[in-house]
Amino acid sequence: MNIAISVKELYVSYFGNEALKNVSFTINEGNLVGIIGPNGAGKSTLLKALLNLISKDKGEVQILGKSIKEMRTKVAYVPQRSNIDWDFPITVIDTVILGTYPSLGIFKRPKKVDKAWAYECLEKVGIAELRNRQIGELSGGQQQRVFLARALAQKPEMYFLDEPFVGVDVTSEETIISILKELRDSGKTVVVVHHDLSKVTHYFNQLILLNKELIDYGAVEDVIKPEVLGKAYGNQFPSITATEVSV
Amino acid sequence: MMNFIDALFQYGFLQKALTTSIMVGIICGVIGCFIILRGMALMGDAISHAVLPGVALSYLLGINFFFGAVFTGILTALGIGFISQNSRIKNDVSIGIMFTAAFASGIILITFMKSSTDLYHILFGNVLAVRPSEMWSTLFIGILVLVCVYVFYKELLVSSFDPTMAAAYGLPTRVIHYFLMTLLTLVTVASLQTVGIILVVAMLITPASTAYLLTNRLWVMLYLSAGIGVLASILGLYFSYTYNLASGATIVLAATVLFVLAFVFSPKQGLMWRAIKSLRKRVMYSRIKLDRED
Repeated sequence: MNIAISVKELYVSYFGNEALKNVSFTINEGNLVGIIGPNGAGKSTLLKALLNLISKDKGEVQILGKSIKEMRTKVAYVPQRSNIDWDFPITVIDTVILGTYPSLGIFKRPKKVDKAWAYECLEKVGIAELRNRQIGELSGGQQQRVFLARALAQKPEMYFLDEPFVGVDVTSEETIISILKELRDSGKTVVVVHHDLSKVTHYFNQLILLNKELIDYGAVEDVIKPEVLGKAYGNQFPSITATEVSV
Repeated sequence: MMNFIDALFQYGFLQKALTTSIMVGIICGVIGCFIILRGMALMGDAISHAVLPGVALSYLLGINFFFGAVFTGILTALGIGFISQNSRIKNDVSIGIMFTAAFASGIILITFMKSSTDLYHILFGNVLAVRPSEMWSTLFIGILVLVCVYVFYKELLVSSFDPTMAAAYGLPTRVIHYFLMTLLTLVTVASLQTVGIILVVAMLITPASTAYLLTNRLWVMLYLSAGIGVLASILGLYFSYTYNLASGATIVLAATVLFVLAFVFSPKQGLMWRAIKSLRKRVMYSRIKLDRED
């Protein structure tokens, strides 16, 4: 099994406020990993640090044995829905076509093959019939599927998703998770920031439990124990059976 | 109308005015689309004002005013970015601080030129007094800006729509931002003679916003916006010439009228269609109710 992501002694701060302290772990290829932890634990920060979207104070991140700068086009990132301007004049299919940009380079335009591939990706997430809609006309779940299709269109080795299930209907959530599992089974690595503990055992096979420091990383069964969760969530750690967790 | 067309064939100054205004309509329309989609309307206003000290300096030094304008325009953009990134001052406030400072220093510098008519023309434009050299430099800037947008269309699209994805796959989003700011200063300089520094922001955001109400595709929006900009320029010039009105102000008002038309009549976003659609629903539901009562 090859190492997909290796993180050594990662420190990140915002203007002197520590967001991540001494985080180290290695993820092997072919895993579907959830990043969980209380609010303000640095979950999104970790994702952004892995992608080198924010500067780190110390530490080393390697993607498939190389620096992220060399591997950028091998990694797809699905942002939080709240970070997108849904009034932007762009259609569903054109949004998915954006996924072909990284491999095109600067001067080339997407050609027929690229557009056909984007359509295929849209079919895979089951909303090809909505391709000519403006993205703001879609429901939350459909919007999230568009961005998953865009990530698929990048043909990456690795997927990073930030809170993909927030404001998403049940059908879309099931479609998304089954595609993520398919990707894992084909040997890709998928990392998902997630805040709802209720379904983690069904969704992921590994968990990263974070509260500024790395509390635990391992197989879901080992991390989801109350005594382990308690270290991250403190006394107020949520029950695993709760459907919606608010910490 | 015929008078205007006759005059157009007869007078060289009017031909130059028309050519310049059409070019300004196109490039303001195109760059304006990216300005409004990135939520930078205020930034557009700021950069256009910040060009003033550069223009004044260039006159004093006797160099082409493009250099001075681009220099102070970019310097102000950098200053705005620096303040909002390195303090708790919010971006809009930082814009307000920096561009008024730049504009004020511009006014002081201009007083050294000892000619108030120059200041008036820079601030408000005077398209009927365009010199051939100015027309050619507007055309040159216009072509340069359009080529840049054509070549980097993909990058401008993705970095405007989803800057995080753009950065994640390695696009230099900050460089793209300052690249756009440079294009913006060039467009402002090119528009100096036509609408002037104060009103150029209207040519940047009004036609683009009009187009924004009419389409759901960026490339269509670019063409529409350029077309609306051109239409506003021609209409404005016509009324300006015929009724002897200030050219810049007339062009801007023409653009505003077109915007109001789109605002009311746009098929998807317009006030009127929205009202008609909701009225239809209400009528439909009230009929259902009546049927039940029968």
